[in-house]
Amino acid sequence: MRADAKGPKQAPKNQIPALDGLTLEIPAGEIFGLLGPNGAGKSTTVGVLTTRVKATSGQAWIGEHDVWKEQAAVKRLIGVVPQRPNLDFSLTAREILVFHGAYFGIGSKVRSERADGLLEKFKLTERGNQMVRGFSGGMMQRLSIARAMMHDPQVLFLDEPSAGLDPQTRILLWEIIREYHQAGKTVLLTTHNMDEADALCQRLAIVDHGHVIAVGTPNELKASIPGGFVLRLRFGKQTADLLSRLQTLAGVREVRAADDTGVDVYADRGGSLIPEVATLAAGAGAELSDVHISEPSLENLFLHHTGRSLRD
Amino acid sequence: MNWKTFFAMLARDAHVARRNAIQLFLQTFLQPLLFVFIFGRVMVGSGYMPPAYKSLLLPGIIAISMTFTGVWAVAMPLIAEFQWTREIEDRLLAPIGVSWIAIEKVIAGMLQALVSGLIVIPLAWLVLRPGVDISIHSPWTFAVVIMLVAAFSACGGLALGCSMNQQHIGLMFSLVMTPMIFFGCTYYPWSALKTFPILQKMVLVNPLVYASEGLRGSLVPQFSHLPMVAVLAALAFFDVLLLGVGLRQFGKKAVS
Repeated sequence: MRADAKGPKQAPKNQIPALDGLTLEIPAGEIFGLLGPNGAGKSTTVGVLTTRVKATSGQAWIGEHDVWKEQAAVKRLIGVVPQRPNLDFSLTAREILVFHGAYFGIGSKVRSERADGLLEKFKLTERGNQMVRGFSGGMMQRLSIARAMMHDPQVLFLDEPSAGLDPQTRILLWEIIREYHQAGKTVLLTTHNMDEADALCQRLAIVDHGHVIAVGTPNELKASIPGGFVLRLRFGKQTADLLSRLQTLAGVREVRAADDTGVDVYADRGGSLIPEVATLAAGAGAELSDVHISEPSLENLFLHHTGRSLRD
Repeated sequence: MNWKTFFAMLARDAHVARRNAIQLFLQTFLQPLLFVFIFGRVMVGSGYMPPAYKSLLLPGIIAISMTFTGVWAVAMPLIAEFQWTREIEDRLLAPIGVSWIAIEKVIAGMLQALVSGLIVIPLAWLVLRPGVDISIHSPWTFAVVIMLVAAFSACGGLALGCSMNQQHIGLMFSLVMTPMIFFGCTYYPWSALKTFPILQKMVLVNPLVYASEGLRGSLVPQFSHLPMVAVLAALAFFDVLLLGVGLRQFGKKAVS
């Protein structure tokens, strides 16, 4: 799977392109994650790869197929779980699966068996003959995923799959994604949840403002943060002198001013640095007023590359 | 072309229509039947209208029922599914060209319009009898007219459904459908407008005129009506035009 997109079609001149020179290549059989804040371009990337968004320029391929030029062939290979449920409200849960199978030309006996199997797997058997209009968000999300798996696609796209799910359902979902991957399938998921990216993905791309900022395994990415630990410090006032003094402390790799009073320190160690920081600050006439220490994480990586937290 | 997908989508629409049959029935037939009852039965029975009006009215009522059904069956789900529930996305991701999904909607709408046209005949006959004098002299002409009318309604539904905003559904009915019906030669023949020569020319841009006049020509040819060749040509022209506009708009909606 390859994507090389330059923004959705015909954006008027004063609009900001959703994707800007985003290039990705995902080998078959991988669970790949797109991690980034809301509005980073994750869903647009999924849209470009699933025929739903036309890029102004660039190319997208699924296997040997050009996504835009060979849409029907591409649609056979992919299953898509959208960010917002789009279930067919005129049908029951079971009918949604059965008709989806029929759209993909699956014979009536096979699609009926598969629908029952998926309802069972997603713990929806008892609800199978109910209209989906009254389903809870979590049930709709489970059914959306079951539907995407109905035609046994080679590539499964999951756009924010666990948003709004309770922890129990999230764990069920993670198990099902892993199991699907073990059957040799490729999974591309988008998330702004670091735990999910860390727990599920073999490789990740961190995306912001339509660019890929970093790509690698979760461990590689975490190791790329200078030192690994981030100390977010806040002082009464912050001076250039203070910044350069902080840089001299043992184990400190990088010091960045966050705003007028904040300083982000990337270091090899965490809590043990604090007494030295406090002493140094007192010596420089800047009182330490707040400290937040985070251990190596993808969140820190995002912060390191963008100067912003994922949740900002 | 992937016929399995196409027929599966058609089966889905038939399944949903069956499930909503009673609602569809009331929605489609109540208004025309009330109209037939008041104008055909009450007004004629009380002597305000001549008895022949019953036969003159029926083709217009069929045209209205078919047009309403076709437009409603295609436009309303498209407006809701594209703008609100996003339900259509599962079909947009089915392995078939996007235009075929629109064509499937048109075929489903045509079938519903045909069913409604063919049901309204016996129903109206029951309400109006005795004194309705309809006869199908040329079954082929009738079949072609009714197919073209069904296609016009469904293609119109596609064009409207993919161009209208969800907030403008009310406007669509008051600004498009209502004038279309009143200036559509449904309750009177086109020749009755001869005392309003400008209006008589202007209504010719309304496709419903050709639907009503075509049905009048094939069911009650004893009344004056537009020449059948002109009717067929105009209906074919509007079918192609509305389908073209509808497909273009559908394509725009399907991809962002």
